[in-house]
Amino acid sequence: MTDLTVADPATALASRRHINSDLRAQRVRSAWVFLAPTLLVLALVAGWPLVRTIYFSLTNASLTNLAGAEFIGFDNYLTWITLKSGRTIYRGLLADPAWWNAVWNTLKFTLISVSVETVLGLVVALVLNAHFPGRGLVRAAILIPWAIPTIVSAKMWAWMLNDQFGILNDILLGLGLIGQKVAWTANPDTAMVAVLIVDVWKTTPFMALLILAGLQMVPGDIYEAAKIDGIHPVKVFWRLTLPLIRPALMVAVIFRMLDALRIFDLIYVLTPNNAQTKTMSVLARENLFDFDKFAYGAAASTMLFLIIAGITVLYMWFGRVNFEGER
Amino acid sequence: MTMLLRTLTFCAALGAAELAAAAELSLAANTTGKNVNFMREQLDLFEKRTGHKVSLVTMPPSSSEQFSQYRLWLAAGNKDVDVYQTDVIWAPQLADQFIDLTDAAKDVVGDHFQSIIRSQTVNGKLVALPIFTDAPALYYRKDLLEKYGKTPPKTWSELAATAMEIQEKERAAGQTDLWGFVFQANAYEGLTCNALEWIKSSGGGQIVEPDGTISVNNERAAAAIEGAKAWIGTIAPQGVLAYQEEEARGVWQTGNAVFMRNWPYAYALGNGEDSAVKGRFDVMPLPTASAGEEPSSTLGGWNLAVSKYSDDQEAAIELVKFLASREVQKQRAVQLSQLPTIAALYDDPDVAAAQPFMPNWKPIFESAVPRPSAATKVKYNEVSSKFWSAVHNTLSGNGTAAENLELLEIELTELKGDSW
Repeated sequence: MTDLTVADPATALASRRHINSDLRAQRVRSAWVFLAPTLLVLALVAGWPLVRTIYFSLTNASLTNLAGAEFIGFDNYLTWITLKSGRTIYRGLLADPAWWNAVWNTLKFTLISVSVETVLGLVVALVLNAHFPGRGLVRAAILIPWAIPTIVSAKMWAWMLNDQFGILNDILLGLGLIGQKVAWTANPDTAMVAVLIVDVWKTTPFMALLILAGLQMVPGDIYEAAKIDGIHPVKVFWRLTLPLIRPALMVAVIFRMLDALRIFDLIYVLTPNNAQTKTMSVLARENLFDFDKFAYGAAASTMLFLIIAGITVLYMWFGRVNFEGER
Repeated sequence: MTMLLRTLTFCAALGAAELAAAAELSLAANTTGKNVNFMREQLDLFEKRTGHKVSLVTMPPSSSEQFSQYRLWLAAGNKDVDVYQTDVIWAPQLADQFIDLTDAAKDVVGDHFQSIIRSQTVNGKLVALPIFTDAPALYYRKDLLEKYGKTPPKTWSELAATAMEIQEKERAAGQTDLWGFVFQANAYEGLTCNALEWIKSSGGGQIVEPDGTISVNNERAAAAIEGAKAWIGTIAPQGVLAYQEEEARGVWQTGNAVFMRNWPYAYALGNGEDSAVKGRFDVMPLPTASAGEEPSSTLGGWNLAVSKYSDDQEAAIELVKFLASREVQKQRAVQLSQLPTIAALYDDPDVAAAQPFMPNWKPIFESAVPRPSAATKVKYNEVSSKFWSAVHNTLSGNGTAAENLELLEIELTELKGDSW
């Protein structure tokens, strides 16, 4: 008996390896079993609609006749005909000035709103991270704008921005900052500003919350060390705080960016149909449901998806973000 | 004993029969002003008489939003809504999704104005029954016009001059929030109505003519829109560029406007107890470009259609016929100042007593100009959207009327393709 066990260590090792790989395979199997429901739900609620949208964008589907859709290739995206005179006319989404206007509006909105929200959110988070009496109350209070449903806050702001009865005009007039009542949502020059004001008001708390979570991960002894070394607080912020909360900041920015790129509800309530604020989502909805151009709207939705995916990949590449929080 | 048993069985059978006949219906309707309460009262009456239950699904005030919600529900074959309240322009676009009411309504169609019944008939199919019609009016402040010795304006330029003068003098007298004229210039269906009136009353056609010709790019149309542009910031607040009906009514009813273009529903509300202009205003037909021309009001109005996906079509038809009946239309006219679609009601003494303006309204909406929804069929929404965008761009200073209309003509031609 003893002979057998000692005699062949190689076999024993092999059999242990065998057990190991068995165990491994079993673990992988059970991992798949546990993941399957999640994957299934994801495929059903995210994958299937996406595939359907992409499919419809390649057809001539109309909302009243979805079943009778015929495959027409990429004609919704770009197609051209050459006239007898030799002039070529381009048609389709990629040749549609309204689409590019919407893309530009969306990018402009995203860039400005996310930048302002990041800076303000950081300031708010730094304040909330400091110790002062009543901090819990202030932390709760600052979340209120984020807790109100967008439709409600957009309607509320629509009245506050109203040219005749709005409180904003009343205050600004009272302070003497404007000479006459400004039609915030109607004027093409201020429509985007109005939308930005409301969005910043609403989502700064969200940014602040995510950054605050990052700030609380920073160990306090680092600051004590910095204090003992007599380092100026501004330098502490740039050299210590910012690099340490960078992963949290990057994640917060990416969340906000994804949200901002598909902005719909706020603009739909505040300035619907206004060419200066029409975003990709608003344009897609208009084609899908208002106009008899379901397939065209599906093409716009698909492009919206591709643009968001592309920007996210680029952002993660350049930012070298990884979600484990390391660089 | 057997007798008692028999009676009991009979009663039970009767109860069961009644239970089977009672349907639960849903009605989707818009909710401007006092519409909701009125509708609920009428539905309660209907419930009491028939034993059916009706729930009211309230829709947003903007008709464009309402339409896309309907389209979505109908495309999904939604069974939850049985009866839809539809705008006069929707019949050609939604005809396939509603049942034919020709047979069910053949005893009553004769009472309604034939032009309205025709607008709801698509390829011989009666898509919806009208419950009230609409044609906008010019509301004016009697007291202010009298104070400055002015007569109600017949032309657009007269309106602008009167509005300017009263606005300046009243502001100098301390009424700093007063404006001369409010209307609807938000980029939505209502702007199509407003601009169509300016253009049509200037002899500039009706965007797309009944035969399908695109007529909008002409000098008269451009001049009419430029004329309207001159109002903004002078006699009308710049905010009109974001106003729909209710925003305009808000300025008007708080006593802050000399003139307002709006639908008849604002008449009853303006004379309500909480109104600052109660008893101080009157209505008249919209002005024209030059004196003596026919005024042009956009034909509006609402109808009821039965969804083909409804499980209780019989009961739904019953409901539609009830709400379109003479009795309900009369109440509607008296309480909500909404114009009946039944000709005889215009001679009804009760209606005339409650709404003195109404008998004069008959010729106005009989000559009302329809929006080009019949000519442009399923593409109407896109035509309307392109039109209101061109007008909104012009009004907000983004290009001249001539430039924008030229561009609009190209877009519409492309949209039309071979035919509408």
